[in-house]
Amino acid sequence: MIHFENVGLRYGMGPEVLRDLTFDIPKRSFQFLTGPSGAGKTTLMRLLFMSLKPTRGLIRMFDRDISIIPGEDLPLLRRRIGIVFQDFRLLDHMTTYENVALPLRVRGKDESSYRSDVIELLKWVGLGERINVLPPVLSGGEKQRVAIARALIDQPEILLADEPTGNVDPPMAQRLLNLFIELNRLGTAVVIATHDLTLMDRVNARRMILSEGRLDIYD
Amino acid sequence: MTEHASPEGDTGKKERLVALRPMAPIVPPVNVSGRALMVVIAIMSFLCAITLGAVTMVQEKAEAWQGDISREITIQIKPVDDLDMEAALTEVQSIVLSYPGALSAEIVDRASTARLLEPWLGEGFDMDELPVPRLVIVTIDETAPPDFASIRQTLAEAVPAATLDDHRAWAGRLISMARITVFIGVGILTLMFATTMLTVIFATRGAMDGNRHIVEVLHFVGAETGFIASEFQKRFLLIGLKGAAFGGGIAAAGYVVLGVWQSNTMATALNDQVTALFGRFTLSSAGYFGIIGIVVLISAMTAITTRLTVIRTIREIDRQRADPSLAEIG
Repeated sequence: MIHFENVGLRYGMGPEVLRDLTFDIPKRSFQFLTGPSGAGKTTLMRLLFMSLKPTRGLIRMFDRDISIIPGEDLPLLRRRIGIVFQDFRLLDHMTTYENVALPLRVRGKDESSYRSDVIELLKWVGLGERINVLPPVLSGGEKQRVAIARALIDQPEILLADEPTGNVDPPMAQRLLNLFIELNRLGTAVVIATHDLTLMDRVNARRMILSEGRLDIYD
Repeated sequence: MTEHASPEGDTGKKERLVALRPMAPIVPPVNVSGRALMVVIAIMSFLCAITLGAVTMVQEKAEAWQGDISREITIQIKPVDDLDMEAALTEVQSIVLSYPGALSAEIVDRASTARLLEPWLGEGFDMDELPVPRLVIVTIDETAPPDFASIRQTLAEAVPAATLDDHRAWAGRLISMARITVFIGVGILTLMFATTMLTVIFATRGAMDGNRHIVEVLHFVGAETGFIASEFQKRFLLIGLKGAAFGGGIAAAGYVVLGVWQSNTMATALNDQVTALFGRFTLSSAGYFGIIGIVVLISAMTAITTRLTVIRTIREIDRQRADPSLAEIG
């Protein structure tokens, strides 16, 4: 589904922050992306989300070379990806429900077709009582769960989650992990960038460890 | 709006009714920058509408002066020895009226002539003791004026003391003055309009800067550029329309109120002075249509600028994608 080959990336004239990355993310796979702070995890997630282009190497997403994808095709490809940003990126004027429903709304779907799904998902991530609340009054953990629900709502082919359990307590982290596993069972590939060793130890999944811009993979 | 949510968990507890507010718009309703933009648009629309109204009034006034002057000609008979003034006046009147294009010829009688001279000679002077010329005012058909050269020639033969003044020199000067006035007015209007457009463009872009994060989120959740641009365009068109309609409306209402005030306070000292200074504050339908045009144009400009700003923002995001040095290091 995703193929990286000798991918390198540098910001401006600086040193390469990612070097010679070669790996595949197969369909229905589950992997953790980890490494020390500043190792380039977020940069790699941005490459996977096509919000950055590599300075060298080849990236193929859904059988397309991303270096030659025209800008107008990007939104359609991104609809196949669910992403949880580290800083959540929720819209403050929309309620929890409206933020989660946003990806479906921009696809032109009728509200009646997804209303119950959104509410059900919000209940699943423990926000059943916060459906009509605006993000500024949510805690960090609640915002994170809203961001996760928004990424999952359209059942993407791949889920990219940057530190998805960074702001929640261990029981909620476990619950979210179970949600990711369930999603993976239903066919979605999952990439979770995290520092949380305990979380990684709970699942027998592939580990991609970034260190000084290089990637080591442990299947 | 309410929704029957699915039962909590598999055990199927009591089904509860989840109340949802009506969906919030994709682009938030007017915020601080939106309100500031609306105020800027209202002020600039007001100034633009006032300028347009003033220029329209000057132009119409100039045209009216020009029309008044060119509708009339004057024949002056100077008193010379042995001239029977009254007979000469009647003869001149009949000569002029014999020409097609001369609609009427009115002899300014002795009393009216005396009134005309009163400011200089005072009341009760004896007109027979002074060589006072007499006038015949002729109204002509503007569209088919009489042959002035022929009238002059006939008058020279029949009444040598009569001279025809077709006001050509006066009308020429007035036309020049009116043209210059209108030219200056159009120049001011053009500058005002250019300033308004630039102000609206920059204010819109400023207000849009505060919405960049919304554009980014929409872009990243898979919204197409056209969709995002349309959503913002709708919101900002409304802001532009409200601001411009308010500013233009106040200006139009101002003209109406001033016009009504002038009509209702005629022959008062204040009204006379204001009218002498500024003329009549009567805006024609063209002026009001012009104000509506300004409102439409400014609203359209706001919407178009918004659309272009959204497209530019998305291009910037994609440029960062192509050139990582422009992006934040993550």
